[in-house]
Amino acid sequence: MTVSELAKAVGLQVISMPSPDTVIECGYAGDLLSWVMGNAQQGCAWMTIMTNRNIIAVAELIDMACVIVTEGSDIPDDVAALAKEKEINLLATELPTYEMCVQVSRLI
Amino acid sequence: MPEPLKFTYDINGENFASAGEASMQIKKELRSLGFDPQTIRRVSIAMYEGEINMVIHAGGGVAEVLVSPDSIEIILTDHGPGIPDIDLAMQEGYSTAPDTIRSIGFGAGMGLPNMKKYTDEMVIESHVQKGTRVFMRFDVK
Ligand SMILES: Nc1ncnc2c1ncn2[C@@H]1O[C@H](COP(=O)(O)OP(=O)(O)OP(=O)(O)O)[C@@H](O)[C@H]1O
Ligand SMILES: [Mg+2]
Repeated sequence: MTVSELAKAVGLQVISMPSPDTVIECGYAGDLLSWVMGNAQQGCAWMTIMTNRNIIAVAELIDMACVIVTEGSDIPDDVAALAKEKEINLLATELPTYEMCVQVSRLI
Repeated sequence: MPEPLKFTYDINGENFASAGEASMQIKKELRSLGFDPQTIRRVSIAMYEGEINMVIHAGGGVAEVLVSPDSIEIILTDHGPGIPDIDLAMQEGYSTAPDTIRSIGFGAGMGLPNMKKYTDEMVIESHVQKGTRVFMRFDVK
């Protein structure tokens, strides 16, 4: 399933979606950045409650399909702008991380 | 053998929230030089962890990246507080990061272990109150 298809199916808020047709290969959830850095796979949808600029660097360096900020965490404007600048798909949802993971697992 | 290409980055220690810039730049360079994705991934992750460590633990530093067709070397130099016990710092889960840093997602104590995991050789030299130098080599397979 592509990032835009997932966004539509779950009703995710689109913060930045420069590559809507990127295929989601797998999912990963976590908030400890160096843990995510060491274990997340390329092409994944990453569920996190972290919203500082470093999430964009992590997503970029790992070549993730998208970042999904869960639990209604507030995304600062500068992070949204950085996502667009670095061409990172950044989505948001009020769903708890677990519920979002279930959706990803069910749909991709 | 031709001279390796050299990239030098000043890593600003003021703003930890924007760190990762140098790693993203080196990733772009390696991609345009045609390195394979696996090598790029290893170098990017290790460089990022090293860059972040200099920002959050040492107030910034300098990263030098030497690129040859068959190996990539990264040398990170800072003049921070140094690491008193390197074996301890290398352990998974060991971190001295304060709560303010933990609240933005760092401090799992996984940075140095990640760097070790993705390098073919890693050497840390550190002197308390003088600084730290991290050498990393990646063989291009
Ligand atoms: N450049 C450095 N200067 C001084 N101390 C350092 C430096 N790099 C690492 N350290 C010390 O080694 C510890 C372990 O580093 P490591 O990168 O593994 O974990 P961390 O940075 O605390 O957390 P994480 O990397 O998971 O976000 C740090 O908490 C710090 O005490
Ligand atoms: Mg670290």
